[in-house]
Amino acid sequence: MSFRLLVVWLLIASASPGQTVHAISDIFKPMASPALAVRDLSYLVFAICGAIFVIVGGLLAYAVIRFRRRPHHDNIEPPQVYGSNQIEIAWTVIPILIVFVLTMATARVIAALQDKSQPANAVQVTVIGHQWWWEFRYPGLNIVTANEMHVPVSPTGKDRPAFLTLESADVDHSFWVPQLSGKTDVIPNRENHMWLDPHETGTYYGNCAEYCGTQHANMLIRIIVDSPEDFDKWVAQQQSPAVDNPRVSKARDAFLGMSCITCHTVRGTPAHGTFGPDLTHLMSRHTLASGMIPNNLGTVFAWVGHPQVIKPGNLMPDMQLNNQELAQVASYLATLR
Amino acid sequence: MPEATAIALPPLEETTLIDRGKVGLICLIFTEIALFSIFVTAYVFYIGKSLNGPYPKDVLTLPIWATICLLSSSATVEMAIRSLRRDKAGAFKLWLGLTILLGAEFLHQTAVEWHKLITQEHLTIATNLFGTTYYALVGLHASHVVIGLSLLLLTLIIALRGFNLEGAQERRVELLSWYWHFVDAVWVVVFTVVYIVGR
Amino acid sequence: MASVAYPVDEHSAQALGLPSALHEWVITVDHKRLGIMYMIMTLVFFMIAGTLAVVMRTQLSIPNNSLVPPEVFNRLFTVHGTTMVFFVGMPFFAGLANYLVPLMIGARDMAFPRLNAFGFWITLFGGILLYSSYIAGEGLAGHGTAPDVGWFAYAPLTERAFSRGTSTDYWILSILLSGIGSTITAINVIATAMSLRTKGMTIAKMPLFVWMMCVVSFQILVALPALTAGQVMLLMDRYLGAHFFDTQAGGDAVLWQHFFWFFGHPEVYILIIPGFACISEIVPVFSRKPMFGRIAMIGATVAIGFISLSVWAHHMFAVGMSSQANTFFAASTMLIGVPTGIKIFNWLGTMWGGHIRFDTPMLFCIAFLFQFLIAGLTGVMLGVAPLDWQLTDSYFVVAHFHYTLMGGTVFALFGGFYYWFPKATGRMLSETLGKWHFWLLVLGFHLTFDPQHFAGLLGMPRRIYTYAAGRGWEGFNLVSSVGAAVQGIAVLILAINVIVSLRRGRVAGNDPWDAWSLEWATTSPPAEYNFETLPEVHSTRPLWDLKHPEDPDWKFE
Repeated sequence: MSFRLLVVWLLIASASPGQTVHAISDIFKPMASPALAVRDLSYLVFAICGAIFVIVGGLLAYAVIRFRRRPHHDNIEPPQVYGSNQIEIAWTVIPILIVFVLTMATARVIAALQDKSQPANAVQVTVIGHQWWWEFRYPGLNIVTANEMHVPVSPTGKDRPAFLTLESADVDHSFWVPQLSGKTDVIPNRENHMWLDPHETGTYYGNCAEYCGTQHANMLIRIIVDSPEDFDKWVAQQQSPAVDNPRVSKARDAFLGMSCITCHTVRGTPAHGTFGPDLTHLMSRHTLASGMIPNNLGTVFAWVGHPQVIKPGNLMPDMQLNNQELAQVASYLATLR
Repeated sequence: MPEATAIALPPLEETTLIDRGKVGLICLIFTEIALFSIFVTAYVFYIGKSLNGPYPKDVLTLPIWATICLLSSSATVEMAIRSLRRDKAGAFKLWLGLTILLGAEFLHQTAVEWHKLITQEHLTIATNLFGTTYYALVGLHASHVVIGLSLLLLTLIIALRGFNLEGAQERRVELLSWYWHFVDAVWVVVFTVVYIVGR
Repeated sequence: MASVAYPVDEHSAQALGLPSALHEWVITVDHKRLGIMYMIMTLVFFMIAGTLAVVMRTQLSIPNNSLVPPEVFNRLFTVHGTTMVFFVGMPFFAGLANYLVPLMIGARDMAFPRLNAFGFWITLFGGILLYSSYIAGEGLAGHGTAPDVGWFAYAPLTERAFSRGTSTDYWILSILLSGIGSTITAINVIATAMSLRTKGMTIAKMPLFVWMMCVVSFQILVALPALTAGQVMLLMDRYLGAHFFDTQAGGDAVLWQHFFWFFGHPEVYILIIPGFACISEIVPVFSRKPMFGRIAMIGATVAIGFISLSVWAHHMFAVGMSSQANTFFAASTMLIGVPTGIKIFNWLGTMWGGHIRFDTPMLFCIAFLFQFLIAGLTGVMLGVAPLDWQLTDSYFVVAHFHYTLMGGTVFALFGGFYYWFPKATGRMLSETLGKWHFWLLVLGFHLTFDPQHFAGLLGMPRRIYTYAAGRGWEGFNLVSSVGAAVQGIAVLILAINVIVSLRRGRVAGNDPWDAWSLEWATTSPPAEYNFETLPEVHSTRPLWDLKHPEDPDWKFE
């Protein structure tokens, strides 16, 4: 148990210094326009529903107390009332009016959120859902990464939204980062679209929100909202080919000789596999296993050695590496910043 | 009870009760229509969406003869029912036999068509979306023809064995004829969707 | 041929010994016995599925728990949901309708007694088939055992490529069987109501209960085929190489969702309207007044029956439909709130000005009214599509549908159970134990499901076997899990109540509640032929007219 607490602590602490981590994904603390629009609409909805609850619930409570059977009622039946046209019409018309108001408000927000046109300076990200990790491609920028999406901050007045195209490599998933936007499903053979414009820097947590199999629970999302400078720095780093540290060249050669390269890509090397996450800049990410564990040499070791222990059922098999192979792979991967 | 001055009871209101067999069959037909609608919806939805051939216009020919057979079998079964109502047992068996032959010929034609599609055109349920939706929809209809034919055949056998079909039994045969009409009506829809709209 | 004296009541059956008595029940076509067997099936599967839920809640009580591994958890929520919908909710409808509809219309049995028996046994077999998956063996990589695709089994997760073993097939086949049973009951109920009403009972004078069962039956006939068709298509995909939902061959995953939810939404009304039927019989009797606005109740129920066919895509707001489609379904969803609200107001109007008695059946109804009100309001919230984009597939939705199904249907089920148990068995259930059952259930229910709303608002998705600490979900989950245990205890008290009362309960007599519909005009339990004599039916409350000849309903209706 305490090991897990440590993991959590490390996770939260592993965000880069100065970054606020928004681990609590409260839909009432929206940090981007789509989530904000939903919250504001929800105030109207909750107000109406709250009023109905107080009135009807109050009448119910009143009726239960006021009209309870008393001792002197023993054999007397109350007046047999069959209905009342006026009352019944009233409580038909008023709800219809309420429905009308809510529908109008709803239609407005649907249009504003769904039919928003993409500005020229938008950052385009293609999100590809896999069982049980997220692939992020930036087509305009030639970047491929996994599980942690970087976008530039988009404060009001200096809009620079991120427009996401959602695809799936296998089954249905759903992309949900509550503080930034409502969710949109990720469906094979279908292209869905959503957008977000985070108003403040920070790390925002999200989850896959459509049951997709064994490890649906551990298909976590992190959206890291950078200042414009930090975002440019991140883009430049991600665009560069893999670090080629001569100190680990033997480990690198060992890695490239193993079947890892069938599933993983390390740009600038012969490794071109696409079944698993791109590892070119693995160590630039804060977590492994789609947000489950922090990312450091120790956890890389643990993951590569025994992925099925950390995330049972996930699609990376236990590669049965011996100690030397494991050390080589892990030490090479640990240089891929 | 307090001193009660009972009011004179009004006459009992007339109730319209419907024969349970009729209601049951209408409900069954209703739910079957819902079932067929889903398969038709899938067929229409996937028109033009196959990723590879063969395509409908390449391999489908209008099943005119089969359709004539099936639709006339509705007429013949109606003649059978009228004969039954007039207690003409001989005519009843004749018309019923004719209905069965016409229905069987429809199935025979379906089998011929499927044989050609599978062996010559290489269209199976697994070939593409057209194959999937075609065999499912036409097959669902054909399975209902089989059920109807089996019941009609059973009725003919019972009649040939000399049992008198009157009263409740006559009613049941009439309900069976309604089912048969339903199966034929579904064919009109399937024919239109598959062989006209979809081609 | 020697004739055996045929026992026509419980006592003679017992005198014959257990094997013969069991044989009686196995071969019966009597609607009352079939109704009782359906109700036993309902309660047994309810307790089984409830136990699965308690295991799930225990796993979720603390973050990063390892009580059950992910594969087991995923099977738990799949089988829990599938059981509750198809082997608790549907048999509840079938049991209640089969037992009461003939009695309420003054008939001797249902229109098709043998079909009725077939429907029961095939439904039961479906349930057994589902659970036999647990003992079917692990198969390839654990895929031969219980299904783990969720109760709505979205494609393409259910396709061969992603569900390699036979576990999904157990899901498909058991529900197909249950569907046959439900269709049979639906046809039987409509045919019975149309063909077997006693003299004087026009369709307009049928009890609200019968009206509502007819609407449910209509919905089953229209909507269930969509599920059946989808499942047949899925079977074809899995076994014949078809491509209905095979996205690799151009198939459409969303088509499954459309078919499923075209069934699935009317299904939830199919699950709640029998509950409405119980409420509509119990509330008037225990308020000592007729139903307020009876015609509006019938109209609202029929309206719900029709509108429910047009709202299905509100389960799919996040799928990426056009803004026009999303707006349409949001509008239709909110519209269905109007007739539903009208019903709540009518029940309130029935209680208003009455002399309310707080026997256990009425307690369950009152709790139902509060809980269903809340459930309806969270439903309106979910109908607002943009809000749904946040809340769908989160614990907010889980809370909403448990409020309707548990706080609504199950509470109404228990109310009906306490109300009609005396009629079916001749004995009253203990009021003391009943009140313990009630209050513990209320406590447990709210402890379990109220916090889940907040977990959803804080971003907790559904169907996850564990969660990390630090997301703000821990407290809500712990309270929720405690509530599950309390509910378990409450249901155990009901079981004890049934066992104790069958032996030592107060003898009920014909009409222990001083009620007004025809089932109370015969013995408890009724003879096999139901009625020795039938009162004249001049109004919707024939027994009120008998008991109050100076002030009969037919004068004012």
